Amino acid sequence: MSTTENPPMPEIQLEPGALRHLAEAQVNVELDTGDMILNLGPQHPATHGTLRLVVRLDGERVVSADPVIGYMHRGYEKLTEYRTYPQITTLVNRIDWLSSFANEVPFVDAAERLMTIEAPPRAQYIRTVLTELSRISTFYLFLGEMALQVGALTPAFYGFRDREYVLNLIEGATGGRFHPNFNRIGGLKDDLPWGWISETREVMQKILDGCDEFEDLVAGNEIFQARTKSIGIVPGELGAAYGMSGSNLRASGVDWDLRRDGRPYLVYPELDFKVWTHPDGDSYARYWVRLQETRESCRMVLQLLDQMPSGPIMAKVPRIIKVPEGEVWTEVENPLGQMGYYVVSKGATGPFRVKIRSASFSNVSIMPWLLRGVYVPDVITILASLYFILGDIDR
Amino acid sequence: MSHLLALDVGWGTTLAIKTIIILALVPAGALILGYTFLLKMMSHMQSRLGPMDPGGFHGWFQLIGDGIKFIQKEDVMPEGSDRRVFAMAPIVILMSTFLIFVVIPAGPRIVVKDIDVGVFYALAVSSLSVIGVLMAGWASSNKFALLGALRAAAQLIAYELPLLLAVVGVVVQAGTMSLQGIVFAQQNGSIFGWSGIGNPFFFTQIIGFGLFLVAAQAELTQTPFDMPVAESELVAGYMVEYTGFRFLFFYIGEVGTAFAFAALAATLFLGGWAIPGVHGAMADLLGPIVLFVKLMFVAFLFFWVRFTYPRLREDQLQALAWKVLIPLGLANILLTGILKVAM
Repeated sequence: MSTTENPPMPEIQLEPGALRHLAEAQVNVELDTGDMILNLGPQHPATHGTLRLVVRLDGERVVSADPVIGYMHRGYEKLTEYRTYPQITTLVNRIDWLSSFANEVPFVDAAERLMTIEAPPRAQYIRTVLTELSRISTFYLFLGEMALQVGALTPAFYGFRDREYVLNLIEGATGGRFHPNFNRIGGLKDDLPWGWISETREVMQKILDGCDEFEDLVAGNEIFQARTKSIGIVPGELGAAYGMSGSNLRASGVDWDLRRDGRPYLVYPELDFKVWTHPDGDSYARYWVRLQETRESCRMVLQLLDQMPSGPIMAKVPRIIKVPEGEVWTEVENPLGQMGYYVVSKGATGPFRVKIRSASFSNVSIMPWLLRGVYVPDVITILASLYFILGDIDR
Repeated sequence: MSHLLALDVGWGTTLAIKTIIILALVPAGALILGYTFLLKMMSHMQSRLGPMDPGGFHGWFQLIGDGIKFIQKEDVMPEGSDRRVFAMAPIVILMSTFLIFVVIPAGPRIVVKDIDVGVFYALAVSSLSVIGVLMAGWASSNKFALLGALRAAAQLIAYELPLLLAVVGVVVQAGTMSLQGIVFAQQNGSIFGWSGIGNPFFFTQIIGFGLFLVAAQAELTQTPFDMPVAESELVAGYMVEYTGFRFLFFYIGEVGTAFAFAALAATLFLGGWAIPGVHGAMADLLGPIVLFVKLMFVAFLFFWVRFTYPRLREDQLQALAWKVLIPLGLANILLTGILKVAM
């Protein structure tokens, strides 16, 4: 424990009537204790991996918090320069490992735009379904995980249990539970297996029921509300200035969703969906918004399944993919927020440069501002409610 | 007890038997509660099976196996720790659990020592464990452990007062502080003139029962009030540096205290060993079983809450204690006093 020496008594000139203040000042100096520096992480159950927070504590109150990142840096931006385009999808779906399929989509989109080819409609629909499924699986884990960080053990298991149905669907369609690597430039590897659509409908019903359960068990719980309401308030403008995006920003009342407001991609323009926002911007709002978005995603999947066209799943592409010279920036609404790739091609089989813009990095950049003055337990709930993936921060 | 065994034993033998029973009770109780609630009930509430293989039948051997595992582990003492205090802390915690069982009656004659101020004694020794927690937290030379221990100390006042106030209502109604006397008062009492099932204070002291459950939950550092342990914040709080056998002591202490408090609540509010229509030697035989059933019911309530609720913050517990629990407890005492005088 590091305690500093008490500072020397300040010289105070007595003024008439100031005697009481002097006594108070004296007491304050005597009771003043040194700050304690606490290392939350890199190995701490609440940091989802290897985030390190150097927290300066006065008692249990946080004086300052400095996130230290980079423990999981894997150098993906550099690695992409040594891979061909089809190989890179393997890399990018390990950035945010909870929603791997959603990470592939913008990259493949970038390559397709440079090559001016377009995936056939059925492939686009299946891509959208799988993207929404990975959104559901990511958010569903969050719904349980957040309750775990607030101290309730049971919802975490419900989250894991029902997420498994969704992962089974993703595995059924793509062959990979976590890292599907299912996108091809110009389409998809395979069509959907037989019976997959009807099974997906059943699972979506299960997820919708599970969301009701979370609403009762977690969001409706008085203790949960006491722990999260008006804790960690992010003003919408400040959040946007820090580059926050996705549900975190929508929970601060900013009505901005790239699926609706960005450059049209996949089949989102044809879908009828609501963008949920919450005016409060606190931890509870972030939980609530994700809960609603999970439901909305379920409805979107059901809609997509109803409208699913038939046809080929692969456009005509050359056997060796060479992307013409050019630059392109694609951004999409990933489960964690805005995810973008800036791809520079010099006409080779692999990109010349790739810049990856991942959501979590910007989402957690507000932490030093947000964590100042809160209590230690609230640090954990705020971290949980910001919902970041370490791979998405460090890349 | 000596009548039951039809043996005339000396005080030394009696003392030895009593000591052995008390010493066996805490680990046995911890095993039963740990298996029934921590392993099986929790698993089923979380839609999983829990351990199924060890021992053959629903994994009953799991906890014993865990115990054997803990004994095999290396006894690590962190560098810079206060070694003597570090070693003593788990013993202090366990001791407070053992001492509670001294006064809990399991039959008209089955009680180690029926003290005149039994309730007072039980609540006093149960608070000893906080000293052990503070010792553990301080001696570990770990910041997380220290934070956990200081939280436990801060929590002490918040729940100890409601706990006492909850029990005062029972004491007023029974007119005695002896636990055996409280059980007799419940067995022979009547609810507004109807004495069909005696008067378990559960009915007349329902507010007290609720207060007792809430405060006991804090005393046991179980979830809504498990801030000293707070797995997601302080990793395991004051226990973070403990390994092997010493950790096992904490574990037994934690679940054993739940056993003791369930027994205490069953005795104070549910009539203890008494059931309607059973008296004398028969009550001595059935008493332990009856007490056990009632105790398991109370323990079920403890653990049910534990597995369902999230955790409060330290300052929110203080607010709850001072603004809700203590006024409620005082109102309950006032009401009990008025009814006691009026009836």
